[in-house]
Amino acid sequence: MVPVLLILIPLLTGLTAFFIKNERSVRSWVLFSSLITLVISLLGFTILKEEKYLQHQSDWMMAFNSSFSVKLDGMGQLLCLLTALAYPLIFWATWRVSYKKANNFFALMLLAQAGLMGVFLAMDALLFYFFWELALIPMYFLCSLWGGEKRIQVTFKFFIYTFVGSLLMLIGILYVYAQTADHSFDINSFYKVTLSGKQQGFLFWLFFIAFAVKMPIFPFHTWQPDTYEQAPTATTMVLSGVMVKMGVFGIFRWLLPVLPIASFQWGDIVTSLAVTGMIYASLIAMRQNDLKRLVAYSSIAHLGLMCAAIFAENKSSMQGVMIQMFNHGINIIGLWIVVEIIERRYGTRKISELGGLAQKAPALAILLVIIALANIALPLTNAFAGEFLMFNGLLNSAVTKYYVWFTAFAGLSIILAAVYMLNMIRKVFYGDTNIITETATDITLNEKLALGVIVILIFWMGVYPQGLLNITNEITDSILKKADILPMLPKY
Amino acid sequence: MQNALELVYWIPLLPLLGFLINGLGRRYLSKSLISIIGCSVIFASFILSCWVFMEVKGGNSHVAEYFNFISVGKLIIPFAFQVDALSSLFLLIITGVGFIIHVYSTSYMKEEKPEHFGRYFSFLNLFIFSMLLLVMGANYVIMFMGWEGVGLCSYLLIGYWFKNNDFNKAANKAFIMNRIGDLGFLIAVFWLIAKTGTVTYADVFANVSKLNSTDATVITLLLFIGAAGKSAQIPLYTWLPDAMAGPTPVSALIHAATMVTAGIYMIARSNVLYSLSPLSMNVVAVVGLATAILAATIALKQNDIKKVLAYSTVSQLGFMFLALGVGAYSAAVFHVMTHAFFKALLFLAAGSLIHAMSGEQDICNMGGLSKKIKITYITFLIGCIAIAGIPPFSGFFSKDAILLSAFENNKILYVVALFGAGLTAFYMFRLLFVAFTGNFRGTEEQRHNVHESPASMTIPLIVLAILSIIGGFVGIPEVFMQGGEKLNEFLAPVIPLKTEHLVSQATELSLMGLSTATGVAAVVFAWFFFRNYKRSEAGGLGKILENKWYVDELYGKIIVNPLNKLGDFFNSVFEGRVIDSIVNGVGKVVNYTSRQLRLLQSGQVGNYILLMVLSMVLIFVLQFFLRK
Amino acid sequence: MPVNYYIFLSIALFCIGIAGVLTRRNAIIIFMCIEIMLNAVNLMLVAFSKMHHLKNAAVDATAGSDGQIFVFFIMVVAAAEVSVGLAIIVMMYRNIHSVDVNFLNRLKH
Repeated sequence: MVPVLLILIPLLTGLTAFFIKNERSVRSWVLFSSLITLVISLLGFTILKEEKYLQHQSDWMMAFNSSFSVKLDGMGQLLCLLTALAYPLIFWATWRVSYKKANNFFALMLLAQAGLMGVFLAMDALLFYFFWELALIPMYFLCSLWGGEKRIQVTFKFFIYTFVGSLLMLIGILYVYAQTADHSFDINSFYKVTLSGKQQGFLFWLFFIAFAVKMPIFPFHTWQPDTYEQAPTATTMVLSGVMVKMGVFGIFRWLLPVLPIASFQWGDIVTSLAVTGMIYASLIAMRQNDLKRLVAYSSIAHLGLMCAAIFAENKSSMQGVMIQMFNHGINIIGLWIVVEIIERRYGTRKISELGGLAQKAPALAILLVIIALANIALPLTNAFAGEFLMFNGLLNSAVTKYYVWFTAFAGLSIILAAVYMLNMIRKVFYGDTNIITETATDITLNEKLALGVIVILIFWMGVYPQGLLNITNEITDSILKKADILPMLPKY
Repeated sequence: MQNALELVYWIPLLPLLGFLINGLGRRYLSKSLISIIGCSVIFASFILSCWVFMEVKGGNSHVAEYFNFISVGKLIIPFAFQVDALSSLFLLIITGVGFIIHVYSTSYMKEEKPEHFGRYFSFLNLFIFSMLLLVMGANYVIMFMGWEGVGLCSYLLIGYWFKNNDFNKAANKAFIMNRIGDLGFLIAVFWLIAKTGTVTYADVFANVSKLNSTDATVITLLLFIGAAGKSAQIPLYTWLPDAMAGPTPVSALIHAATMVTAGIYMIARSNVLYSLSPLSMNVVAVVGLATAILAATIALKQNDIKKVLAYSTVSQLGFMFLALGVGAYSAAVFHVMTHAFFKALLFLAAGSLIHAMSGEQDICNMGGLSKKIKITYITFLIGCIAIAGIPPFSGFFSKDAILLSAFENNKILYVVALFGAGLTAFYMFRLLFVAFTGNFRGTEEQRHNVHESPASMTIPLIVLAILSIIGGFVGIPEVFMQGGEKLNEFLAPVIPLKTEHLVSQATELSLMGLSTATGVAAVVFAWFFFRNYKRSEAGGLGKILENKWYVDELYGKIIVNPLNKLGDFFNSVFEGRVIDSIVNGVGKVVNYTSRQLRLLQSGQVGNYILLMVLSMVLIFVLQFFLRK
Repeated sequence: MPVNYYIFLSIALFCIGIAGVLTRRNAIIIFMCIEIMLNAVNLMLVAFSKMHHLKNAAVDATAGSDGQIFVFFIMVVAAAEVSVGLAIIVMMYRNIHSVDVNFLNRLKH
């Protein structure tokens, strides 16, 4: 019941939103809808904890043995909660931004939410693919209709990347489907399918490219900074806060358990790509002058670490990735809110044109510093536990010989992250004011509250990460068990 | 009565509360209220620390577990505090010296606006909280939390006057250099987890047998990188002199008395691990000694009073690492304690001096101040005598303990260290003589404004001066007093006592005589050269020293610039021309082909038919040939 | 007469039709060429039908008759095509005062 509601509410309210022409009422309507979704996803943790509420199965396309099968397991709970939490925050923080044809904008946003929920809940490969596309297609429209100056060009790039990825994944899904014993798209049939090492090898890349584009992993990443820069900020928040987690999630749910041998074989290469990407993106972030691009590259570096940690394949790294998916989402939405505020209030997001904001807007400065420090994983903020576990997992990885090198190089990004975040803070907030920032004013109560919620979450998850870790404890065990290749290949 | 050890969580909690109240209420509270809250929470912590100190005196220790911070599979990291001899001693230093500096700050910072005043005190409280977390943690992860926390506070306080961009750059530099060390620390922790499966001190030290010598060396060296970052050792020391951009009490508290000694605490805490690896011990000793000498040489030619003190701190920290490296952990801790007293004193007195000179920091523009600001002068003098190692001031005993251990270990180390000690005495008295004797060299306006500081600044000076004089007696060597070396005995539960003395009492006494003579000689030299100081241009070696051996420039050339260039290259060339052109290339190829194919759609019916016929023929032919 | 002759004749007719369609621009002539092609096919069908009947008459009296029936269908369709096609050509002439197909390139735009 819960999972169906999580998908249906945004879907239906989203479709309704197309017909609400009044801008104010459509805003209230979507905020209301997203709050309901949040309440339901919280219920999934607390009152409606029993199995019967958390899964649902009904006929869908019986001809292909594909059913509408959704389930809220630990990983789904975490990501659905993130999605459900992100939306009200986003709507709230961008309350003042006005859009042409606001009804269409918000309707598409909610449709994307329905897609995201579906991706995180689907227990059927075809359904997964369906929701994957459902989440992406509204994004194309959001970027190309409401984006910045270069939106057409950029959306085109975004489209090529993600669509090629999606299609490759579809081929992969169909291939695995053909190999299943009972010709079914059900996740359990996928988990049971036996594939030779060679088959797994090429299937791996079919799936991985789709997920890598989404995360994104170097060198599949260049759509991201451009898209983040050009997309309307609310869309960017969804893209970077939630949607990039689709890639990580996909690896967890579909790649590792279905293709364990290939994940082991290609693990080193993938990890090298991820680690290269971390350094690469951090170095670029150091030289960015545009706030949006800086945050975008920092996100690439963080996702690189998650990818590397997944392929370390042990409990510590996986748990780290799980909670980091949630925490990174919170932090980066916080950063985007700040960027959005700066751009809207002061009319620029060029770092070189700003300065001295801490004098004029102390509340904004404090909140940003906290979020930025969380972003570089200072202890007692939320990202620390995740990064700690991921690095620990990386160094203790049993599936690669090069774990020391991976950890050392990945660790460099910790230092570089401090460099670019602190330089950004220094140039934007400290120093003396200039013409642009002289007349700056501090943020309103509404904005303080939105950022305040994020800061509270940062500290809560930072001081007591175990709460999140408990949610995903079982699911990581089961993934690890399925991804364990030891019983299959005695020689390793 | 409840056992104090059950209440240890209040020790860090109180400063945290102070931070929250001052931080959130900085716009609403008056300055005096802020000072009262800021100081009283630290004082309360100090009282609790004393109580705890009494409890652990008999060798007690207590581990208080609150909740599981992280528990994943077999790895369990509890949020737990541990109080034992070592941490309780640090608690006393942190809260005690911290309290004195808080009191001093109330008048040093009184010209700030109320909200900035509140910000300042909230940061100081947060710093004390982090530092307490660092020394009270019962495992390496809690220590790391405090470790990064103090780094953060240091960053915030160095950049306290955030309008000045140079200060902000110094703050960034401090944080980033610390992060380099932190990475080493983190990897060491992961390595420990890999080999022993735990991070809790007690369990790690019980399981050291699981470590082979390579592991022990790697772990201890990585930990040392962390310590070098935090405690400003070669090659990560350059942030500390720049950190003097912060307010002077901050320099006293963070960059002299407490935070920079965190590295010493960490190594002393991990002494079990270090004892497994002679190689690491040697590295620590050599790096420490090299830092001590290098920093001392630089201090010879600096004219900014705070910079001299900063290099002197780096140098003294080097001595402490030398002690750690030769296995004299308790001597290092002893020096941490006495150094906290006299260096805090020196910084605060310098602050009082700067205050008197209306913000002037260059000693070339001072001179002849000894009569005008007597209390400051006398306390500064006491500090100088203490750091120069002249008996019976505190610095003598602790430095002597270090020199003695070095002598027992390796004669060359001893000689170089003795030379360093002589340099210390020389540059400190140079500072003293240039600043306080001779003629006044400042402007008329400054001369007019010279005044002694208010009581809330001089009383802390006097308290610290007394501590600098008598602080050494807790570690008075056995040669002077039966039942001496109380400190070693006190630390024995954490740091094993060395049973036998390698040198005879006569040697020990003559070594002391030698070091005292060196110190006195250096003071005399300094008096000879600098009692009537006149500014002159430095040349040759002097110029190199004035420019700090050009280390900053070197780092800029070989690390910072190449990284920036690489970033630029990636950003403007690689990203756009390589990766993007591949992606856009795909799009362009599609575009190009479709443009070519479009030409076929000429709209001429004849063409279509021709194509149709041709394709039919083609299909027939193909079918004819391909059919088997 | 062997069936080969009919086949050759039919192919010749068909090729003439194709050549005409490809080379001529006058819509009416193209139309006539298409008719030639259709009739070439018809001829082929009738020829094969006869051949088939001769071979299998002993077994089945109606053998091969389907081919001839098919021809009728084709003729009917061709007649319908003529009526529609001529109507189109008339309309075309009214609009552009020409029956040259090369003017019919509006699809391009």
